[in-house]
Amino acid sequence: MTTLLEVKNVSKQFGKDTKALSNVTFSVKEGEFVSVIGPSGAGKSTLLRCINRMVDASSGEIIFDDAYVHQLNKKELKKVRTKIGMIFQHYNLVNRLSVIENTLHGRLGYKSTLAGALGLYSEDEKLQAARILQILGLEEQIYKRSDQLSGGQKQRVGIARALIQDPKLLLCDEPIASLDPNSSKIIMDHLRNICTSMGITVVVNLHQVDVALKYSDRIIGVNSGKVVFDGTAKSITSNDIHQIYGSDEGKLIFDLGGSHVS
Amino acid sequence: MSADVFAKKRRNSLLLLLIVGVATIVSIIITEYNMAKGFTSVPKAVQWALSNFYPTKDSLAKLPDILVKLKETLLISIAATTVAAVLAFIFAVLGSNTTKVNRFFGSISRGIAIIFRNIDVSVWSMVLLFSFGQSSFTGYFALFFGSFGFLTRAFIETIDEVSGSSVEALQATGANYLTVISQSVIPSTIPQMISWVLFMIETNIRNATLVGLLTGSGIGFTFNLYYKSLNYDIASLVVITIIISILCIEFISNYVRRVIL
Amino acid sequence: MQAEGPIKTFSLQTDKFLDNQLRERLSKKPFSKSSIAIRTCGLLLIFLTIYAFISFDYKDVNFIDALLLTLDNLGKMFFEPHLKHFSFSHALFQVLVTLGLAFLTTIFGAIIALLLGLLAAENISSKPLSVVIKGTVALIRAVPTVLWVLIFAVAAGLGSVAAVIGMTFHSISYLVKAYSESFEELDKGAIEALQASGANWWQIVFQAVIPSSITYMVSWTFLRFEINFAVAVAMGAAAGAGGIGFDMFMASGFYFDLREIGAITYFILIVAICLEIFATRIKKKLKVLS
Repeated sequence: MTTLLEVKNVSKQFGKDTKALSNVTFSVKEGEFVSVIGPSGAGKSTLLRCINRMVDASSGEIIFDDAYVHQLNKKELKKVRTKIGMIFQHYNLVNRLSVIENTLHGRLGYKSTLAGALGLYSEDEKLQAARILQILGLEEQIYKRSDQLSGGQKQRVGIARALIQDPKLLLCDEPIASLDPNSSKIIMDHLRNICTSMGITVVVNLHQVDVALKYSDRIIGVNSGKVVFDGTAKSITSNDIHQIYGSDEGKLIFDLGGSHVS
Repeated sequence: MSADVFAKKRRNSLLLLLIVGVATIVSIIITEYNMAKGFTSVPKAVQWALSNFYPTKDSLAKLPDILVKLKETLLISIAATTVAAVLAFIFAVLGSNTTKVNRFFGSISRGIAIIFRNIDVSVWSMVLLFSFGQSSFTGYFALFFGSFGFLTRAFIETIDEVSGSSVEALQATGANYLTVISQSVIPSTIPQMISWVLFMIETNIRNATLVGLLTGSGIGFTFNLYYKSLNYDIASLVVITIIISILCIEFISNYVRRVIL
Repeated sequence: MQAEGPIKTFSLQTDKFLDNQLRERLSKKPFSKSSIAIRTCGLLLIFLTIYAFISFDYKDVNFIDALLLTLDNLGKMFFEPHLKHFSFSHALFQVLVTLGLAFLTTIFGAIIALLLGLLAAENISSKPLSVVIKGTVALIRAVPTVLWVLIFAVAAGLGSVAAVIGMTFHSISYLVKAYSESFEELDKGAIEALQASGANWWQIVFQAVIPSSITYMVSWTFLRFEINFAVAVAMGAAAGAGGIGFDMFMASGFYFDLREIGAITYFILIVAICLEIFATRIKKKLKVLS
């Protein structure tokens, strides 16, 4: 299987003293479902944003689909970004617009300035948006305003917006951190399904270890801006998890393979 | 321990009260404000208003003239606000932390807005009188400059408050700058912006009266004319028309706000 | 890796029947009252603006010439300011006078508005009283400040008394609205709890209502002080209230000295910007506190 994304020696410095990432290196294969876990403030969010350069890394290389992302100019970067969908913790929808308008926003990267500024979408694009929303179970809500939706529904709109981009990679930044367990399961099921049946690679930041273990092919553990674990979900041990979270043994509660480890 | 906290709180309040008191006394002295006269002038003014300051049957004859001037003033206020709002939006997009192109343009546009909103319309009107004379331009530009400064600040706050997260999402899809502005910033901020514009129109009608007084145009001039010639009945009619038009605008903008927000 | 999951798969192959259903759904776009209101509002404003430009009283002013002259004047004002008819210390003192007018107006306004604001807040007063006060206050606000000052000038003569009283009217109406709205945000339970413990009206006001809204009140009051400074400048120019505004009026209306206007503008600008920075600081600090 080919490698889709390579992150090599990426570091990110904020200001003078705060180092968010130091020498992060990993690669992601096409069709893989990768979870990035680690304590709050470990740099997971920054890491994800470095991949599509919402945040510029201070040093290091990022290679996505044979493009050297860190070297791209503005125009080329926009083109690469159309192939990378992004999903946010707070959904980041335009609250006053309808579900379908928010979904169609995913097409804006493909449009000329004029068509984009005027929001001109083709009938095909609208139909495609409706198809995606139907699959995500939102066909009843197509013309509803986004601020009238529940959190789980909003996140599904976020997924629809990313999917209509026709992406090769989905970056999900804490997609279920603001959701209740039930909605969380629906969202994670959808993400897993997108990966499995559409072959879209998924990189997701999570802080629930059990969820990461259940859904992912691979886990990357991050602590204080460094990768401290990189391996399959099956191979992870409770020791590894303690190392990732930097806590003394016996203080964490999580579920490893069905049996309770603490 | 807790007694200490209360004592400290009381000391701070007393200190603050003392400062305010001293500042009040200093203000009274330097402005030569006469407390006694201040108190007695209110009942005197009420008495005078009740016996002189109301329109009579004869003054109604002047109503058509007054309405013409009122219309002119209303139109100037609306035109100045609308055009200022368009310019203010551009400056706000450049000046807002969420959407600024770079730091340099951000500071420049915020700086320009600070200067414009802190020069009062009365100052603008006296300066513009030199070049535009008693034409409608003087009032128009005086209101325009003031509104531009104020609206830029209001719009910057609105953009930062409302559209930060959706701007990030659209940038991540690879959309270009203008697209992000028109598809995310405008739709999410337009209700608030219209609300600010309506507020500004209200304010500008009041300011237009002042500008008219200073520059000899519009409804302010009409008031001054009758006020100075002691025709208080007609002057009161002018005030009543101003009150009615401002209350109407307030009613309309409250209605619009209810529907769009 | 390619195994089919148990839930519905993401095949986006076109299904004619389904597509037709979706098309029909897409065609049923509902009308939104809010977007219609926004559009109507926008179009009306544009229409009125165009109409205004057509109907302006241009008085044979050559726009281009006048605009160039304005720019030239602004250049003179801001780049070659000087003081000729007034000394520096005189101007400084007059700025203080204007600040004094603004301060008195704000203090008087705040004290009276506090009382009226309590009576206008529906949750601590009664509904009819609230409606009456709010209505009166709206009526007072509709009259431009300069007209209030001129009306009081008939009784008290032109000067600081008429200016302060006239400006106070406007401050009261502004602050009553602001105060009463922040009082009304107070949680009903807090008032009930004190009522239940047998506290009387004044005790409730001083122990619950004012402490919980003091931060907003300070913020609004300072904002009004900032506005009152600008109003005091204008009243000096338009209604003989004295202070730096009057000097500005003299420089413009009697001496026709643009450079002096420029110097005075700098004085006003510096004070106004300081007040704005101070107000923003207070607002930020209060936001952190609350």
